[in-house]
Amino acid sequence: MITGYAIAVSACAAGIAVWAFVLVVLHREPEKPLLVGVGVLEALLAVQVVISVVMLIGGGEPGSMLTFLAYLFGSLLVLPLGTVWALAERTRSSTAILGVLCLTVPVLLLRMVEVWGGASA
Amino acid sequence: MPDEPASPQYSNPQYSNPQHSSRGGSSRGGSSHRRPSTERPATASGPGRVLIVVYAIFAVAATSRAAVQIATRFGEAPVPYALSAFAAVVYLLATFALARTGTTWWRVALTACSVEMTGVLVIGALSVFDRAAFPDATVWSNFGMGYLFIPLVLPVVGLLWLRRTRPA
Repeated sequence: MITGYAIAVSACAAGIAVWAFVLVVLHREPEKPLLVGVGVLEALLAVQVVISVVMLIGGGEPGSMLTFLAYLFGSLLVLPLGTVWALAERTRSSTAILGVLCLTVPVLLLRMVEVWGGASA
Repeated sequence: MPDEPASPQYSNPQYSNPQHSSRGGSSRGGSSHRRPSTERPATASGPGRVLIVVYAIFAVAATSRAAVQIATRFGEAPVPYALSAFAAVVYLLATFALARTGTTWWRVALTACSVEMTGVLVIGALSVFDRAAFPDATVWSNFGMGYLFIPLVLPVVGLLWLRRTRPA
């Protein structure tokens, strides 16, 4: 893992979350730019996975390989699965769901950085 | 006089909308005109969908954490790890029940949220007063402090939402 990259992705996620919650306050359903934003965030997470896998192959040793891999691949599932759930019924609540999903990204990345740095759980 | 019937919903409101109850409109305070005031949202509709997402996130997090704790070091602290697993089951059940419609699932959700509320209060208090019994964290330790107190807020919101969506 590259901590700086994880921080940058977390900042993007937080920004999109704020954007979503502003739209919630404005009573808006999810609009296309926001969905594109979520898509970009997913792409950034995919790059994060590639970086981490390359570093693991290169000899990186997280505190717990199982936990790290679970977080790593779990981080790719949250946004797509959550977005499907959000768009199944389009209301302003869908927008709020997208915001909540984005907030999970910094948490997941923080945990990954901890485990990468030697934490065992 | 022509045999012009009144529309069915006037002759039998209970038939056309079984969800209707005398409490129907009061909780919305007349502020929303988009949704007919007599209609009760199911637990899996509108804001309930946000609640279900948060429950689902906790269900996945608690289940994964309990699985890792039990698989790798159950012997170190069997009681907290068993409690972690119990909490995981409660979150899974609450998520699933809230996402379903019908009176039975509403009751299951009510039970799950009540157990969750009790769990976070009892385990929270025990972990504060008897630290030795809880050498490692569960979701409910210290009233969910390690999880930004979301485990403490979640059952309250869940129970309020269930009250609002109570079947007639």
